[in-house]
Amino acid sequence: MPELTNIEAVTRTLQQEMARNPNIFITGEDVGRRGGVFRATKGLIEEFGDKRVVDSPLSELSIVAVGLGAALYGLRPVVEIQFADFIAPAFNQLVQEAARFRYRTNGDWTCPLLIRTPYGGGIGGGLYHSQSIEATYAHVPGLYVVAPSTPYDIVGMLRYALRVNDPVLFLEHKKTYRLIKGEVPDDDYMIPFVKADVKRVGSDVTVVAYGLMLHETLTAAQELLHEDINVEVIDPRTLHPLDQDTILSSVKKTGKALIVHEDNLTLGLGAEIAALIASEAFEFLDAPVMRVAGPDVPAMPYARTMQDYFMPNAEKIAAAIRKLNAY
Amino acid sequence: MTLNLTENKPAQTRAEPRHIQLGLHDEQVTEMYWHMLLARRLDERMWILHRQHEVAFHVSGIGHEGCQVGAAQALKRGHDYFFPYYRDLCFTLSLGITPRTMMLALYGKHGDPMSGGRQMPSHYSARDLNIVSVSSPVATQIPQASGVGLAIQYQKTDQVVVVCFGEGSTAEGDFHEGLNWAGIFKLPVIFFCQNNQYAISVPIEREMPVKNVADRAYAYGMPGVIFDGNDFLESYSAMKLAVERARRGEGPSLLEAKTYRPVPHSSDDDDRTYRSREEVEFWKKRDPILLARKYCYEHNIFDESKNQEFENRAREIVDDANEFARSAPYPPEEEALNGVWGALPKI
Repeated sequence: MPELTNIEAVTRTLQQEMARNPNIFITGEDVGRRGGVFRATKGLIEEFGDKRVVDSPLSELSIVAVGLGAALYGLRPVVEIQFADFIAPAFNQLVQEAARFRYRTNGDWTCPLLIRTPYGGGIGGGLYHSQSIEATYAHVPGLYVVAPSTPYDIVGMLRYALRVNDPVLFLEHKKTYRLIKGEVPDDDYMIPFVKADVKRVGSDVTVVAYGLMLHETLTAAQELLHEDINVEVIDPRTLHPLDQDTILSSVKKTGKALIVHEDNLTLGLGAEIAALIASEAFEFLDAPVMRVAGPDVPAMPYARTMQDYFMPNAEKIAAAIRKLNAY
Repeated sequence: MTLNLTENKPAQTRAEPRHIQLGLHDEQVTEMYWHMLLARRLDERMWILHRQHEVAFHVSGIGHEGCQVGAAQALKRGHDYFFPYYRDLCFTLSLGITPRTMMLALYGKHGDPMSGGRQMPSHYSARDLNIVSVSSPVATQIPQASGVGLAIQYQKTDQVVVVCFGEGSTAEGDFHEGLNWAGIFKLPVIFFCQNNQYAISVPIEREMPVKNVADRAYAYGMPGVIFDGNDFLESYSAMKLAVERARRGEGPSLLEAKTYRPVPHSSDDDDRTYRSREEVEFWKKRDPILLARKYCYEHNIFDESKNQEFENRAREIVDDANEFARSAPYPPEEEALNGVWGALPKI
């Protein structure tokens, strides 16, 4: 079993799937000759040519719209938005159009459009190269929002995403691209959507986390073993719609829940998960549901001190878990 | 350079009527006229149904029938792709959407094939005819059409895409981005602007700083063509040239039909608040159906008694569609929850 980084998991899966399915093509800014600014599409134009790996003009609205049109026609477009922060001009095309085509035609027109985009902070990206956009788009029925966070999950879910007949926003945490490595089997396994994963089995406190925060949570959980606190870590993987059962059965077991995300606190994914737990597992709770999240400021500041203050990390997560465990 | 077909119209020196010069038979011209007439009578009934409080909304294509029927005639139905906008009643009727379907959508009744009762009326869609669903935010369909153009180029078929919009939409970023893609990649897309001179109440001078929408084509490396949108044959001629060019792989065109909307923007608008009755009356004399009828009489394509037959038939079809939709049931209420997601693939 080869060991891959998160970015290698993306590149390798795109390469394999393009070789398998001639209807897949890629477009986005710098995806061709440059192989993407993060190198996610490295080598693909050499292998598949410039009809299948298309350098787009610098225009996010139409990158999504053109992908949407090609998807309506029956192709399998994979479009890259260079940074999640820049997807805003495409909001109308993604939310009002891609996500609504099926509903507004009663299933007549479908839109199998895959949008990949790097998100998240901790890399000195300042306000406009660090954002977590998931909550905004997780509010949209008809649009899958997924955020696999390990090489194994990225491969399995990217492969699956290329078979889903609805639009998918595929979020890749940019700081984990080269930081996170893991073994990936050679076979063509897939991981279905709306299926969370128990990343660590525990009994005292449930923590729900994804992206870079999943890895910070796993670090915190390891450290807390020394304090005899046994943490269960749930990775939702699909952020919308949520796999409610996996989250609820964990909380029913531990009676304590913490949700961690980098996205700012108010109306983030944590709010929805907390509401879910409150309404479906209330009588199992031994403590209030807690959240660790980015502060409610417009976006992540650049200066190292302020950036570090903004980012949740293993230390802050451990502190919250201790507090919960004390109940 | 912008090509103005109206200003450069050749003098009628040859004896052959224009439709023969364009390669159209009398029967084809008759059918085009019939579609215009049927669209008009259907549209008028929709206004009446709104005023009778039978339906909640109507947005009209009256006055646009000439440019629409001409353009539709130049396309291969069910083969080429078409992105309509909400005034394309005559265009979509010509391409095969039936009056019964349009009436079902107007009422929002069960089994409406365009949206299952989800969308407002005039939001056309027909998967089997390659007519792509209309939404309400204007211009969104323009870059999507470029995406279909890219897919056609990718699959190397001889299809073309026609995308319609009003001149108001050309102020949106979507318009410019869509044309930019089509120009860069030489996509088989025809951008068809139906310039009726008003974005609801705002006149053309406040919509754009250039005289013609077609002038903008230069910036996107494609020809811009202006023509009289109330002349159905001129519209056919312009579209035919653009379609041939696209099929030859020579890329996109921007067509601008100069026309007029002699009715309010929608059933909720009152155009008396922003334009004079004299102006409206002037354009009513240039009604595309009047002009087409005159042309047909002059060239003995059909006569007045035949026209009366058309009127009678249109009345029957509109009555039938109206009654069909009026008596159809509404969708079951829980139908509101269906059609959000497709089935996920099994592993």
